[in-house]
Amino acid sequence: MKSLAELAEIRDKMKHIVDAREAGDDTVRVIVGMATCGIAAGARPVINAFTEQISERGLEGVVVSQTGCIGICQYEPVVEILVPGEEKITYVHMSADKVARVIDEHIVGGNPIAEYTFSHNVVK
Amino acid sequence: MFRSHVMICSGTGCKSTGSEKVIDTFKKAVEAQGLSNEVNVVQTGCLGLCSVGPVAIIYPEGSCYCNLTEENVPLIVEEHLLKGRIVTDLLYKEAEEAEEILKLEETNFYKKQRRVALRNCGRIDPEKIDEYIAFDGYMALGKVLTEMKSDEVIQLVLDSGLRGRGGAGFPTGLKWRFAAVNDADQKYVCCNADEGDPGAFMDRSVLEGDPHVILEAMAIAGYAIGATKGYIYVRAEYPLAIRRLEIAIEQAREYGLLGSNIFDTGFDFDIDLKLGSGAFVCGEETALLTSIEGNRGEPRPRPPFPALKGLWEKPTILNNVETFANIPQIILNGPEWFSSMGTEKSKGTKVFALGGKVNNIGLVEIPMGTTLREIVEEIGGGIPNGKKFKAAQTGGPSGGCIPAEHFDVNIDFDNLIAIGSMMGSGGLIVMDEDNCMVDIAKFFLGFTVDESCGKCSPCRIGTRRLYELLEKITSGNGELEDLDKIQELAEHIKTNSLCALGQTAPNPVLSTLRYFREEYEAHIVEKRCPSGVCKDLLNYTIDPDLCKKCSLCAKNCPSECISGVVGKEPYVIDQSKCIKCGACQESCKFGAVIKK
Repeated sequence: MKSLAELAEIRDKMKHIVDAREAGDDTVRVIVGMATCGIAAGARPVINAFTEQISERGLEGVVVSQTGCIGICQYEPVVEILVPGEEKITYVHMSADKVARVIDEHIVGGNPIAEYTFSHNVVK
Repeated sequence: MFRSHVMICSGTGCKSTGSEKVIDTFKKAVEAQGLSNEVNVVQTGCLGLCSVGPVAIIYPEGSCYCNLTEENVPLIVEEHLLKGRIVTDLLYKEAEEAEEILKLEETNFYKKQRRVALRNCGRIDPEKIDEYIAFDGYMALGKVLTEMKSDEVIQLVLDSGLRGRGGAGFPTGLKWRFAAVNDADQKYVCCNADEGDPGAFMDRSVLEGDPHVILEAMAIAGYAIGATKGYIYVRAEYPLAIRRLEIAIEQAREYGLLGSNIFDTGFDFDIDLKLGSGAFVCGEETALLTSIEGNRGEPRPRPPFPALKGLWEKPTILNNVETFANIPQIILNGPEWFSSMGTEKSKGTKVFALGGKVNNIGLVEIPMGTTLREIVEEIGGGIPNGKKFKAAQTGGPSGGCIPAEHFDVNIDFDNLIAIGSMMGSGGLIVMDEDNCMVDIAKFFLGFTVDESCGKCSPCRIGTRRLYELLEKITSGNGELEDLDKIQELAEHIKTNSLCALGQTAPNPVLSTLRYFREEYEAHIVEKRCPSGVCKDLLNYTIDPDLCKKCSLCAKNCPSECISGVVGKEPYVIDQSKCIKCGACQESCKFGAVIKK
């Protein structure tokens, strides 16, 4: 160890790995429905895409978590995004390809993507 | 990146209840479900809930699972980790009963705690230096070496108000300054990890859960006083702590965080372990240093203090594990941050090993000034079986008891001394109405009698004589004058003993005599032990009217002293043969066996 910068580099690299252990009130939560229905519809590649891409971009204060059946099985994979202080956004029919756009526009940009949401897709 | 972290306690407490197997099963089950790339199974340090181990916390949800066995691991993996459904039946009891699922931090056990010394226990894998670094590990050392002068470091520690956590509460910064101003070709930094109080396991948990913090703090201390060499004196009965320290030292050396020219600043510092063989007196500083030198662990008179002439006659500082565990945080967050916690003269937090008659047996860290009532009733979850609080013993065999009348005392160094106890290293043993205070005093004194090194006579002979007086009382042969003798002898031992072992040994006797004199008198005058503990003052009898003549008591009696005829004659205990074990009372289903 020759410098503080070298130490900081290890810290920053590790920080993302252990980030989930420190989730606080200001954490953005990405919750993927992972019940039988979700898994059958392909929730696993979705959750993996979220964890990988969030890590690659080095986003802090974002945790990826999972939940059971949300009750709208025909719309699975379902992903809920909880930004503190804002209304919960529920995305339906998610796929791994859509993840990058959700991270870009919603989590980083702060603009939910209307066309992916439940209300936009619900059969009336 | 892992989306979920399973943090399983691998401290000594949880290990003894089988956490190794649980960790192993978790790893296998996670792999079997194909989750190895998503879920990180981590062995971590003590989470504090020792009585309900093995314990695991799953992040990011923060769910705390207790009393885990190999059998219920697959269920948690399938339900929680795969499907995202928390298995509420297996959660920490309070969290399970709550209407909403509680995180561990939201429970009464954690709510009032403030984890500074224990901040990484339960959060990192203690065997991985990278995880320590992830939570700002070695940043304080880097800051000190690259940005601060050594006297600035000392001033900062002084400003924080940190006092030694080993028991005496001497200001840490002052100790460092005394050693810093003495010129010498070599100086030493030593860590006292010879935790010997019965019922205390704070230091062990820090060493097991966060070993790097001690290495970092010792290197900082070395820079502050001008030392290049450190020793950790750790008792050989702590094999896990020793192993983790060895791993930590090796990793730190590999990273160049110990060794020569650290951070390219020209500062050298290295640490070795020295194992103690479990002599209580070696927790005393001069005895400890003598033991490191390879001699018999006996204390010597002070002055000269170790800051002037310590290890191999060189200026030396010796700090306790918990004291060191606070240092990096103080450097990084500033002295004001630290001194904002606690009371006027006792800053920061204190770790207590909570034991005895309390529901949540385990490790807690509270801000100084928290009341004893909060610790016992809120954090500790109260006393089991609805019994009444009688007293709490702090400071182990060197401390004293705090009776119910001081239940609301704000715990800090000075308040505890004012009421005849002391902070000690942090053992806190809760006693209820079933504990006999004379017996407690005798227990602790018996410990110091055994552990007296024998060098000075007030301690060697005095504690023995004092013990005999207590024995006389508990065996029913006491006289009222004995209480005066006890008082006089105790004061004599306190003032004349060579080291703190003898100087504090009479404290449990003096404080119980001060607050529970009527119990001593009951033993002497009425020949009665009010709590029903002292065997010589007890008699078991069988009430012939309540006896159903079932013979169960006689069958369970190990000394075959109960006679009667099944179904015909009530049973009777032969007092001359009775060993007062209580087996008859436990076996009787009709409450016919009476103890008094």
